[in-house]
Amino acid sequence: MAKVLLEMKSITKTFPGVKALDNVNLKVEEGEIHALVGENGAGKSTLMNVLSGIYPYGTYDGDIVYDGEVCKFHNIKDSEKKGIVIIHQELALVPYMTIGENMFLGNEQGSKWCIDWYKTYAEADKYLAMVGLSDSSKTLIKDIGTGKQQLVEIAKALAKNAKLLILDEPTSSLNETDSRALLDLMKKLQREENLTMIIISHKLNEVSYVADKITVVRDGSTIETLDAKTDDISETRIIKGMVGREITDRFPKRHDVEIGDVMMEVKDWTVYHPEFSERKVCDNISINVRKGEVVGIYGLMGAGRTELAMSIFGRSYGIGISGDLILRGENVTLKSPKQAIEAGLAYVTEDRKGNGLVLSNSILRNTTLANLGGVSKNTFIDKDKEYEVAVEYVKKLKTKTPSVEQLVGNLSGGNQQKVLLAKWMFANPDVLILDEPTRGIDVGAKYEIYCIINDLAKAGKSVVMISSELPEVIGMSDRIYIMNQAKIVGEMKASEATQENIMACIVGVSGEASADSKGSEA
Amino acid sequence: MMIIATVIVVFVFYFITNGKNLNPNSIDALISQNAYVFILGTGMLLCILTGGNIDLSVGSVVCLAGGVGAIMMRMMKGIPGLAWPVAVIAMLAMGLLVGLWHGYWIAYVKVPPFIATLVGMLAFRGLANIIMKGEAVEVDNKAFLNIFGGGSDCYIPDFLKFLAPESSLNVTCFVTGIVLAAGYAVFTFFNRTRLIKKGYKVDSFVAVIIKTLLIVAVVIWFSYKLAGYRGIPTALIWIALILGIFAYITTKTTLGRNLYAVGGNEKATRLSGIDTRKVMFSAYTLMGVLSGFASIVNIARLQGSTPTYGVGYEMDAIAACFIGGASAYGGTGSIGGVIIGAALMGIINQGMSLASTPVNYQKVVKGIVLIVAVLFDVIMQMKRKGGKKKATSAAATEKGGANA
Repeated sequence: MAKVLLEMKSITKTFPGVKALDNVNLKVEEGEIHALVGENGAGKSTLMNVLSGIYPYGTYDGDIVYDGEVCKFHNIKDSEKKGIVIIHQELALVPYMTIGENMFLGNEQGSKWCIDWYKTYAEADKYLAMVGLSDSSKTLIKDIGTGKQQLVEIAKALAKNAKLLILDEPTSSLNETDSRALLDLMKKLQREENLTMIIISHKLNEVSYVADKITVVRDGSTIETLDAKTDDISETRIIKGMVGREITDRFPKRHDVEIGDVMMEVKDWTVYHPEFSERKVCDNISINVRKGEVVGIYGLMGAGRTELAMSIFGRSYGIGISGDLILRGENVTLKSPKQAIEAGLAYVTEDRKGNGLVLSNSILRNTTLANLGGVSKNTFIDKDKEYEVAVEYVKKLKTKTPSVEQLVGNLSGGNQQKVLLAKWMFANPDVLILDEPTRGIDVGAKYEIYCIINDLAKAGKSVVMISSELPEVIGMSDRIYIMNQAKIVGEMKASEATQENIMACIVGVSGEASADSKGSEA
Repeated sequence: MMIIATVIVVFVFYFITNGKNLNPNSIDALISQNAYVFILGTGMLLCILTGGNIDLSVGSVVCLAGGVGAIMMRMMKGIPGLAWPVAVIAMLAMGLLVGLWHGYWIAYVKVPPFIATLVGMLAFRGLANIIMKGEAVEVDNKAFLNIFGGGSDCYIPDFLKFLAPESSLNVTCFVTGIVLAAGYAVFTFFNRTRLIKKGYKVDSFVAVIIKTLLIVAVVIWFSYKLAGYRGIPTALIWIALILGIFAYITTKTTLGRNLYAVGGNEKATRLSGIDTRKVMFSAYTLMGVLSGFASIVNIARLQGSTPTYGVGYEMDAIAACFIGGASAYGGTGSIGGVIIGAALMGIINQGMSLASTPVNYQKVVKGIVLIVAVLFDVIMQMKRKGGKKKATSAAATEKGGANA
């Protein structure tokens, strides 16, 4: 048995109001690839941030034992000195600097007073060769693709003399070929450099492919650790560990809602990333929603759900958008959110504090913001009418607040979400796209939001609900689309959906996609 | 690109002013009148690199530190003023204090730079007025003036005159130019051989030759022109020193690297284990010190200080940076750019003065030059993005074709 390189003992980390990690234990042996899997928000990234010193010693309970000694990291520099290097999901590269400059950022070559650029680039080339990247180290980061950028990140970590490399969702933005190349590189580094690695991933097929051990994290606790040699590590087995909870009657039933004609249809919708313009964030997507219907879009974070919704909503995200948008049977082109609202669309953002509400304004002002025309005449706002509207919605949605003059920033998450819904309901749309409508709010408020959704459907609105919570999608929708890696990978009636077969859609797509790419190569 | 623009501008004014703008005395004046732009522009570049942050207070700081220095050196009722080195140190210290003050608020308390330095701009101007009691203070310390580029004798003495006694040129100046040019050429080639020996990659031989020849030619031409007037102005030595030091800092030290990184992607920099607050703090501290230094050069050239000196200097410095290609979002820009930007502005100013353009029109022209420079930057960026997008859609169709 190999030596234990890292042991995290009963780590507990609390954020105000939330216990993100609860008594987590993790043991990693030298030279192994250890995978951490779990649903969004299960606590994987938090755990790695504790390990790398981003959450400094003292802000959590428990011990980190690394290479036989208890470590007290106060910042990233401390953990890097020990050889623990983390590669974040969002790449930490400076676009207008060269590969070489990026690799040695914070780790400059030469003496303290003089950077030796020739040495920097020579060293950079050495490590680039190690990760199999043939580009010159003088290329600017912005000029290479995401796959190569990920390799640069790994080379950067190697240049820091990493002994334990943590990769947080390294393949989330890569295509199939690049992903496979990366996983093979991991295996090669394990073999040739005896590097220990921890990989966090949602893609279970990749995990089974590359990992020696798999630890499942759920709701802030480690559930189990599977050993590739002795245990069954098939994807269904892992999913069982990840899901592991039952759906109880947390969802109000909808009765007597008549589902009518198709209200909105999206055909062959393709969107590119605004910065990495070679990356598709939505790939040939076709969906539709009927009058009175609640359609769920399930997908993990980064699947392209928000990008899809925002690109439909007046092209507020992405570039190079192509495809058809058909509303009430007519082909329409919506070039701005203003046009989208006028056409009867509403997009209720997942980021209510950033994109949804003006926190420093009152409930009243937020409620009427998207439809000021509804309370004004010739651009003059009718204050009395505005007040009536705000009060009406506070009553209707049971928003808990002393008055409509209350600043939105002072409300709880659930009540903020209600104000956000009120704002869009007042805009009187036909189609509401709700992006993670219950994120970060408590169970009671969730139930009330579900009731509002049911009322909307009853009133003949079409609702598209984007969510990464499986029980919610299954419990609330009439029909479910499953989205993964910028594509729709499945569609099913809610009555037929189970957590397992939805997850199976997500897992299945990678195999199909690789078959596709092979096909086109041939 | 901007170099070509500068050359064009020089030629345009050459024709407008019948060649007056390339007279030796014009070139000399170009340097001494714009010394402060070079120095402040250098500091401003550091701030702009960190993310388009600017320092509005520099004009007021120049006035305040200059006032302090001028008062210290002044004769009072027959008692001689303090020795000039004391005053110089005091002015630099004054700048340093201001820099630390701004740096603290901006980096550690997170006051937006615009606000923090706006406060400085108002407060330090007021302080300067208080200290000088609203009056002009004359500086007549000969040694100080000569060393820092003021008065009529602020040139390096021509101690090599004996080499060519009957020449009308300033021999020291010309010889210095030739020695510098030769030294540069020799260094370039020795360094290149050394690097090849070590097995590092180097630029191609032809490219190096062309670059070296160009630089050598410019240096010699420049020293010839200056030699035709009164020799090397001392202000030039100081400018060269400051630019040299900061060119080194920005390209060769970790601090310089961090300035670019913070402006390019602050989060990535923090995740690379760099204390971004310290980087911001350093930028504003250095800006303060450089303001102090600019005040020295300023009171020397103007032979005194008044409470209105330095008004608008911050805008000259900012303009020099942007004309020189610094990005308003941070992360790109160079000392070389500042040199070009400051020189270009100086050339335009001087050219218009020589062509007797009315002052108010000069301001309009300066404004137009700035917008053109920035537009150029914006358009270049849009083009790059557009080109990329086209390439992508082409690639996409290709893929589609393959699938079909």
